[in-house]
Amino acid sequence: MEPLNALVSLANFMLIPAFAYGSQLALGALGITLIYSILRFAHFAHGDTMALGTAAVIGGTFFLQARGISIDPLPTAILALPFGIVVMAGYLLAADRLVYRYYRKVKAKPMIFVMASLGVMFVTNGITRLFMGVGETRFEDGQRFIFTVRDFREATGLAEGLALRNAQALTIVTALIVMVVLFWFLNRTRSGKSMRAYSDNEDLALLSGINPERVVMITWVITAILLVLAGTLYGLDKGFRPFNYFQLLLPMFAAAILGGLGSPIGAIVGAYVVAFAEMGITYAWRRVFTYLMPEGLEPESMMQLLPVDYKFAVTFAILVIVLLFRPTGIFKGKVL
Amino acid sequence: MSLTARDLSLFAAMGAVLAMVAMFQSPQLAVTILNMSLISAVMALGVNMQWGYAGLFNVGVMGFTAVGGLAVVLIAQPPVPEAWAAGGLGILLGLMLGVATILAAVIVYKRMAPGTLRGIALFAVLLGGYLLTSLVFGPAKQAVQAVNPASEGYLGGAGLPVILAWPVGAVFAAGVAWLVGKVSLGLRSDYLAIATLGISEIVIAVLKHERWLARGVNNVTGIERPVARPIELQPVPWVQSLAETLGWSVSQTASVVSGLGYSTLFIIVLGLLIWLAERALNSPWGRMMRAIRDNEVSARAMGKDVTRRHLMIFVLGSAVCGLAGAMMVSMDGQLTPGSYEPLRFTFLIWVMVIVGGSGNNWGAVLGAFVIWFLWVQVEPAGRWFMEIVTSGMADGSDLKQHLLASAAYMRLLTMGVALLLMLRFAPRGLIPER
Repeated sequence: MEPLNALVSLANFMLIPAFAYGSQLALGALGITLIYSILRFAHFAHGDTMALGTAAVIGGTFFLQARGISIDPLPTAILALPFGIVVMAGYLLAADRLVYRYYRKVKAKPMIFVMASLGVMFVTNGITRLFMGVGETRFEDGQRFIFTVRDFREATGLAEGLALRNAQALTIVTALIVMVVLFWFLNRTRSGKSMRAYSDNEDLALLSGINPERVVMITWVITAILLVLAGTLYGLDKGFRPFNYFQLLLPMFAAAILGGLGSPIGAIVGAYVVAFAEMGITYAWRRVFTYLMPEGLEPESMMQLLPVDYKFAVTFAILVIVLLFRPTGIFKGKVL
Repeated sequence: MSLTARDLSLFAAMGAVLAMVAMFQSPQLAVTILNMSLISAVMALGVNMQWGYAGLFNVGVMGFTAVGGLAVVLIAQPPVPEAWAAGGLGILLGLMLGVATILAAVIVYKRMAPGTLRGIALFAVLLGGYLLTSLVFGPAKQAVQAVNPASEGYLGGAGLPVILAWPVGAVFAAGVAWLVGKVSLGLRSDYLAIATLGISEIVIAVLKHERWLARGVNNVTGIERPVARPIELQPVPWVQSLAETLGWSVSQTASVVSGLGYSTLFIIVLGLLIWLAERALNSPWGRMMRAIRDNEVSARAMGKDVTRRHLMIFVLGSAVCGLAGAMMVSMDGQLTPGSYEPLRFTFLIWVMVIVGGSGNNWGAVLGAFVIWFLWVQVEPAGRWFMEIVTSGMADGSDLKQHLLASAAYMRLLTMGVALLLMLRFAPRGLIPER
């Protein structure tokens, strides 16, 4: 029985990656939930706009790298983030101006908005691939590890090692900062309060002199920031492939629905639940149990509930359970 | 609700464009486009039933077509006796245990009073069932996959005529749709969209990774075809004489004849479907569906069970998509799970429906033809466009290479722009609902 080794092994292969993945999902799901509560539709272009934003950051990174600018030990992509955010905010505002605004004006049904976001998705997808192709692009540079498996073993003398990658630590820290700032913004600033008012009761908000177009604009800009951060962190962590970003759509929506569509805190909680469930169910628990069980009783199989290829099935199962038992999500949705 | 002169002229124009492809590009290409258009038209009909009649948003078309495709393998391929001997029973038993576990869990949930005890019982049933299932299923699966893995490694099919697979594919898709619809209908309308998005990813994941079922990413090839293959037609005397009259090579003639054979089959299916769909749409049932779509509240006030009707139309539409999937696999003669992409199999079909005219069956068909034609032709057009754009650049420059290589993605852009423009300026489509 070596519970400490079990814990370290668990942290290394499951807890830390799941926490990082959950943070990336949370940033994405926050965007979905914000758009849902202000613009009142399910934004299907989310994954692909995320890819485009990341592509802009990658472009900026390559530009900086070519000029020898870097901020070692941090990845150069951090420096390129503002550029990506500006590009993405411009893109989303343009999309709103050219596509969504008209449907707001004619008060179209939500499904028409979704359809329009499908069109935006196609266009965005095409633009991203035009720039990046379909293959994998890696843009992580700087120091790769904060500490490696070997450092950890030498420091602690345990048999199991623990590594913390730069991208993971960065993800977790950034996500926490962004969440705190976002909640401060929504609860304390005038713009944030007007967003909440607008989401809560559109007519009353209009009566009290809130400019809806301004609220919508702020929403898109915030979404752009969240998208670019989420996409860049995901790309630093796992490499950039446009199709993977499209596939993030399902876990992001599952997270937002699980938490309650329209509830930011719900989106965050939902994202971590989805991430830990996905990783936990597709993780081979054998190592952990080998340390935990008394000698002679070690497990022989991999102790993996489902193969990794089925991580979407886990997300889907969560979604089904939520829809069956609590369709409004954990935090009753539609309150910002 | 018959076709007007304007609609007929649109169809005639489409026919003329295809004839021009046959003349200026090649007859084979024209037949290939025609066949895929017909299949797409069937898919678009299915989506149109869901969206146009009932306003249901299905983003899982890919999953339903893939399930239909699976039916072709399970029906038409010869069984693999060694694999059945090695683990067939184990797999069947495992699947049954899995289903039994879920049923037992449902019974426990329904029968026991809410509380901690129920939670514990539910957990015990699920865990026990899972362990038992994997104990039976795992080894059987390994055994089956070990049988001659280079060419088999799966259970094979029933060895029945391939045409039978078409209705079976529809039934498969209907089954999956029933499960999804049961869970997600009756809630907020976007939930169905997200649930279908999920199920389609899962169907593809299962097809890719369950090798005992249909060889996964190793693909099943050489499936029996309903129409003679070109190579079998080449020695046939009338094909040879036809080639002589037309002045084409024998191989070209044979592939055109074979392709037209499929076209005939597909036209029969499509015609039958449209006939049925038009009859249904103009019956009291169709009026009820449209009433529900246009105003759920008042339909409910009239005593209509909206959720049940939605489930019904969702299952029907998905079945049609499954049928199309089966038709496509039997035309290709192979099932390649790796080639199912949501952009191509779900969202493109949506563009077809929107462009054609949602709510109108003929519109969906026309949309399928127009969009599939564009989908095929935009790529060469994009390359041509890029060549003009890059003609001023130095040969071998990176930018030029990159732009030429990315011409293929032009069509995603084009489709997106087409969808947005139609939605904005002609939301009722080419042939509007009447």
